[in-house]
Parts: sequence; structure tokens; C-alpha cells
Amino acid sequence: MSNQFLPLDVHASAMNEMRSHGEDAFPNECCGFFYGEENNRLRVVTLAKRIENVKEGDQRRRFEISGKDYLNAERFAAKEGLTLLGIYHSHPVHPAIPSEHDLAVAMPWFSYIIVSVEPEGVDHIRSWQLTPERKFEEETIK
Amino acid sequence: MATLIIPTPLRKFTNGKAVFEAKASDVRSLLQALSNSHEGIQKHLFDDSGDLRSFIRVYVGDEDIYELEGTDTKIDDRDEVSIIPAIAGGSK
Repeated sequence: MSNQFLPLDVHASAMNEMRSHGEDAFPNECCGFFYGEENNRLRVVTLAKRIENVKEGDQRRRFEISGKDYLNAERFAAKEGLTLLGIYHSHPVHPAIPSEHDLAVAMPWFSYIIVSVEPEGVDHIRSWQLTPERKFEEETIK
Repeated sequence: MATLIIPTPLRKFTNGKAVFEAKASDVRSLLQALSNSHEGIQKHLFDDSGDLRSFIRVYVGDEDIYELEGTDTKIDDRDEVSIIPAIAGGSK
């Protein structure tokens, strides 16, 4: 488990939103942003917001967020005095481990929360962050 | 001065600042001015050939520069330019 990154403290409302989005979108992948603040001990996630998966074709194994939605997410954070802390997406019938596709476009600093969803509901949730060596390392979710 | 909005994940290279301002006549020179004044950010924007990385998009106002003239897109002091990381992925 990571110790170079701050642990995530995800508020229940934000966690519930990510879980229910994963289940609602099943068998497709869902995606969204989460916001909050970072202090010297924790990354505190207070809000998760659903975003449309605009990936063309099979969305059971892929997701994409439009540039316009990203722009709006940054504007929303600035307006609300929040920090855009990262992106969540789901892995239907697949472990919450980043894939090569996730790694290929990952940005530093962002937290990447992955929700693993089975037909009967959410199975587990893990969070990851990119190291300076461009590898994913797991973050603790408190 | 044109205004450049830095995306949250790259603000660690700008001491947390969200906004960068510089005199620039096109998108490329604005991004270059940012790179020249903030160590470490260039490799996240440009590849070894000097092209914009495939997972970085740039908007002038609400328009993607690839629907304009790419990094040659002309800008003036009233323009707000945003760096947008491509957000995508998937399980397999």
C-alpha cells in the first residue's frame, strides 16, 4: 500500500454516488469527477459528479470524458472553491486495477478511483495515483 | 497578456497557480512561455519532437484548437486558453 501519497478520506455521500453510478451504468463503464480539498494529512473527497461516457463503440471496456466536460469541471471547482482531485470510473466484471489504457493517458497528481462492479453490485473500490516513474501506485482509502 | 488556465494536475509545476499570463501571438508561443518559466512542465505538454502530446488538448475559449489551426492558432490579449488533459481509459 502507498505511503508516498496522502490517504483519501471519501465522504459517504461521494462514495455512495460513485458506487450507485457504477451499478446504474452496468454493464457499461461509468465515469465522473470528484472534488474536495487537500490538507497536509489527507485528501478529503466531499463531492462526486457523474459525467457522460462519450466513448464511441463498446462502453463495456472503455470510457472517455469530453474536453468540454473537463473544462467545465475545472470551472465548477474554481467557482465553488473546491479542488478537482481526480477521476473515477468503473470496471464492470473486472478488478479495480488500472489497465494499460488507464496508464497511457494518466496525469500526475490526480487520484484515480476505480469501482469494480459485478452483476449483483459493487464488489470493491480502490484508488491509484501516478508516480514520477509513470507507474500507478495504490492510495489508501480511509 | 493572454491568459492560460493550468489544469489542476499540472499546478504542482506552477507553485499551485491556476493562471499564467504572457505576451503571445499564438498558442504554441504561449505554451512555450509557460514551459520556459516553469521547470518540469514541458515534458507533460510536448513530446521529444516538439509536438503537443496526444493526451493534451488545448482550448481557446470553448473551442478545441484542433478545430481551429492547432498550435498555430492566433490569440490576443483577450483570449483565455486552457490546457485540457485527455481523460479516458478502460478495463482491458
